[in-house]
Amino acid sequence: MIGSLDWSTLQQLWWLIVSVVGALFVFLTFVQGGQTLLLTLPENENEKNLMVNSLGRKWELTFTTLVLFGGAFYASFPLFYATSFGGAYWVWLAILFTFIIQAVSFEYRRKPNNFLGQKTYDIFLFINGSVGILLIGAAVGTFFSGSNFTLNDYNLVKWLHPLRGLEAAFSLFNLSFGLFLVFLARTLGALYLANNLEHASLVDRLKKSAFNNLLCLLPFLLYVLISLVLMDGYALDPATGSVVVEGSKYLNNLLQMPLNLILLLAGLVLVVLGVAMNRFTASVRGIWPAGLGTVLTCLAVFFLAGYNNTSFYPSKADVASSLTIYNASSSHYTLTMMSYVALTVPFVLAYIAYVWRQMDSKKLTVEEVTADGKSY
Amino acid sequence: MIEQIDISMVNWARATFALTAMYHWIFVPLTLGLSFLCAFFESIYVRTGNEQWKKLTKFWMTLFGINFAIGVATGIILEFEFGTNWSNYSWMVGDIFGAPLAIEGILAFFLEATFFAVMFFGWNRVSKKFHLFSTWMVAIGSNLSALWILVANGWMQNPVGMKFNPDTARFEMQDLWSVISSPVAIGHFVHATSSGFLLASLFVVGISSWYLLKKRHIQFAKRSIAVACIFGLLSSVFVAFSGDEHAYITASTQPMKLAAMEALYDGQTSAGLVAFGIPNPSKEPGDDQDAFALKVEVPGVLSILATRSMDGFVPGINDLVYGNAEQNVVGVDEKIRRGKIAIEKLAEYKGAKKAGNEGVATVALAGFDQHRDFLGYGFLNSSEEAVPPVSLTFYAFRIMVALGTFFILLFLVYIYLLRKDQLEEKPLILKLGFISLFLSWIASQAGWVVSEVGRQPCAIQDMLPVTVARSNLDSGSVAVTFFLFLILFTALLIAELKIMTKQISIGPEGE
Ligand code: HDD
Ligand code: HEM
Ligand code: HEM
Repeated sequence: MIGSLDWSTLQQLWWLIVSVVGALFVFLTFVQGGQTLLLTLPENENEKNLMVNSLGRKWELTFTTLVLFGGAFYASFPLFYATSFGGAYWVWLAILFTFIIQAVSFEYRRKPNNFLGQKTYDIFLFINGSVGILLIGAAVGTFFSGSNFTLNDYNLVKWLHPLRGLEAAFSLFNLSFGLFLVFLARTLGALYLANNLEHASLVDRLKKSAFNNLLCLLPFLLYVLISLVLMDGYALDPATGSVVVEGSKYLNNLLQMPLNLILLLAGLVLVVLGVAMNRFTASVRGIWPAGLGTVLTCLAVFFLAGYNNTSFYPSKADVASSLTIYNASSSHYTLTMMSYVALTVPFVLAYIAYVWRQMDSKKLTVEEVTADGKSY
Repeated sequence: MIEQIDISMVNWARATFALTAMYHWIFVPLTLGLSFLCAFFESIYVRTGNEQWKKLTKFWMTLFGINFAIGVATGIILEFEFGTNWSNYSWMVGDIFGAPLAIEGILAFFLEATFFAVMFFGWNRVSKKFHLFSTWMVAIGSNLSALWILVANGWMQNPVGMKFNPDTARFEMQDLWSVISSPVAIGHFVHATSSGFLLASLFVVGISSWYLLKKRHIQFAKRSIAVACIFGLLSSVFVAFSGDEHAYITASTQPMKLAAMEALYDGQTSAGLVAFGIPNPSKEPGDDQDAFALKVEVPGVLSILATRSMDGFVPGINDLVYGNAEQNVVGVDEKIRRGKIAIEKLAEYKGAKKAGNEGVATVALAGFDQHRDFLGYGFLNSSEEAVPPVSLTFYAFRIMVALGTFFILLFLVYIYLLRKDQLEEKPLILKLGFISLFLSWIASQAGWVVSEVGRQPCAIQDMLPVTVARSNLDSGSVAVTFFLFLILFTALLIAELKIMTKQISIGPEGE
């Protein structure tokens, strides 16, 4: 069946797959959000270690999803991979640095003789959760606000801004996008921990914290949404195959793809619902509706950027160089083969879910963390 | 196509890639092998129910975890470095090269990441059987990730299953299966993973020998050695065989690399293998200096290695650079000439297409098609550029093979002494075992030097030189990145070593 799909269907299918991986990644940034909560929320070392160990059992999953996001983009839209990583060089390297330091921090923070000292590793975790997520948000913001690059006849990129990607962080829109993600991650982190830990007073604080972080997130979210509705976008003219600037492109996208609008609104409502559940009822399971809501919201954002003949990586400097899912994709053959590979994804998700349930059926307690010589 | 080439940027980018890859490869082979050793240890525990084995398993797992974390930290950089440092490459071959990286993520990394948490924190949360299963999954997942990345690397060494598309100016995949099943890729996979098993076995043997020397944890050490020696002996024999096979394949797919490995300038029939030698550092291709300052040669063996026949012809560097009509070797100078025509015709084709001049485009394309196989050579300026650093490749190869042979003997001696129960009385052997812990890393890094330095100046053999593969960056940025990585990775390596040695000195009783 996959073998008979035409190229443009496959390109759309792969935008869907990349969007799903991206959306799952944003959900899983509850790990990063939780890392930033470590600074203020726990009242003593025991509480802190409890939180670290709960997050530490999931960090690999988030990390690997980021790796897969990169790999999936490489295989399906190599021109984006080449243009963005080779062009917006410094912003990606900065993001990567924050993930390098995260990867060792859980394992090393409390091991004897760890050279840099626990404090350093805890700061590493904080940087990853704050700067790392902020910059990811800024980079994704450029999917809408555009960047300064040109492609030559051979599709090789030339970046025109001397900051090589870091300039993204100096736009109010991109910055708001980043801060939105940071507070979203913190909200999710608090919700996840509240569900995973057995510690009455800490859980109580986590439930409140989720609500407060939701409040912090709202102004940035509103700013992003309002800007999106008002801003010009970069549209692909299917007749000529060239990209042109179109007024209110994203508003048009929302109106022309009503399902996407519903997805966006439903997602946001679910996030609010999850937080409210934790704040105003005895339940601690708000992470599930909020997590689902996050995934739906992110899907809607990705769809807004890539579908309906929109350029998902526009160039402000040279509109003709803008990337769309059609001009940036792999060949028909490669997308077909990769689609067969993608059939294994549900199986992967199934065993992850199974293991997650096995491991989290009992809540994590201070006693377990203290007794286990292996704990972080 | 390529505006101006900034050689110093290219060299910084190579240095950065080599630095990060070599750091990654400090931790990777240990992950590959120690994961299996942990699985063996735990299987013995589950079968016997003996708590001592559980303690032993947990000790080695602690070391595994410390190593794993930094392996992951160095790995993510490599994945994105293809985009940051080699962005032209990423576009020109991303259609093929991206696939194994994505498949690796889906099919291997998640296996590792998911079951890793069970392996470390699941002892009291899941059943004994499921825990053992998870440990095996981590081992299988790690080694599957090796498969996919080595398929990617194998494809760079010997690109197959693709075709150049002049309209997009990139190579496009035609046959995924031939990419995966390419003998070069499989050769890399079996040799690199088995060398990882060997290295991890020596890690276990080395640390256990240190305990025996210190008269600590005697029984623990002997048990660990027993399992690791068997695994190590099997692996080391396999490493030697797979390495020999690897060299045979290289002789036909990358003759220049083989010539550099042997510092062979003038091709010969019944060529001899230099068992020991000092290449003449001032020797240049085409001059009439001696290639060696000193050498001890075993006659005929190189021909057997490369062609599986005593009197087979092995081309030397001079034959490959200047051509050898008698032996049907096309020289680099001829390839460059044709490559330059290919580049010219491609530009002509692109220009005509843009101007809408179909007739001219068709003619230009036909011209391009005649010379397309040499496109990569067209970017070289002189034939001598196609010669990789000879001495480095030569020495690295010698070091690896000599150590590989020595390790086989070492394992045999250990197994013999263990059976006679005399191991503790042989401090000299134990010291040798301890030192081999470090030697195994040298052999392993030397292997990659042969493999990667030997294919210079190509990022992709015959197809894409590094000067084209690069990103459009200024050399300052890349140099800064190099030092940032150097500082960060060195700090993390020091942390890792300090934590690791501390855990070793605490020993299994600390469990
Ligand atoms: C022969 C084996 C091998 C080789 C040649 C490489 N790797 Fe590796 N890599 C592994 C074997 C491995 C591993 C054993 O699976 C690691 C090491 C430690 C670990 O946690 O997994 C790993 C980790 C690892 C990670 C982190 C994965 C995670 O999230 O768990 C990434 C992104 C990469 N690697 C990517 C690369 C790239 C792009 C390479 C090539 C340039 C590369 N590796 C060479
Ligand atoms: C992990 C072990 C590896 C080591 C130690 C290693 C070593 C090196 C070295 C020393 C160089 C620079 C050579 C020079 O400039 O003289 C290099 C370059 C490179 N290697 Fe590797 N390599 C490893 C794995 C890989 C793998 C698995 C891949 C591909 C998947 C790869 C792809 C490259 C690329 C793209 C370059 C840059 C282009 C070039 O200089 O050829 N390497 N590597
Ligand atoms: C005992 C005899 C050995 C032989 C004949 C041998 C042969 C080879 C050859 C020919 C290559 C280069 C392949 C190419 O790119 O063309 C290679 C690479 C390599 N070797 Fe060995 N080797 C031996 C032992 C070892 C040992 C003891 C180790 C490490 C403990 C090792 C680790 C490696 C690694 C990591 C590579 C790079 C990866 C790859 O190309 O597969 N080898 N070996």
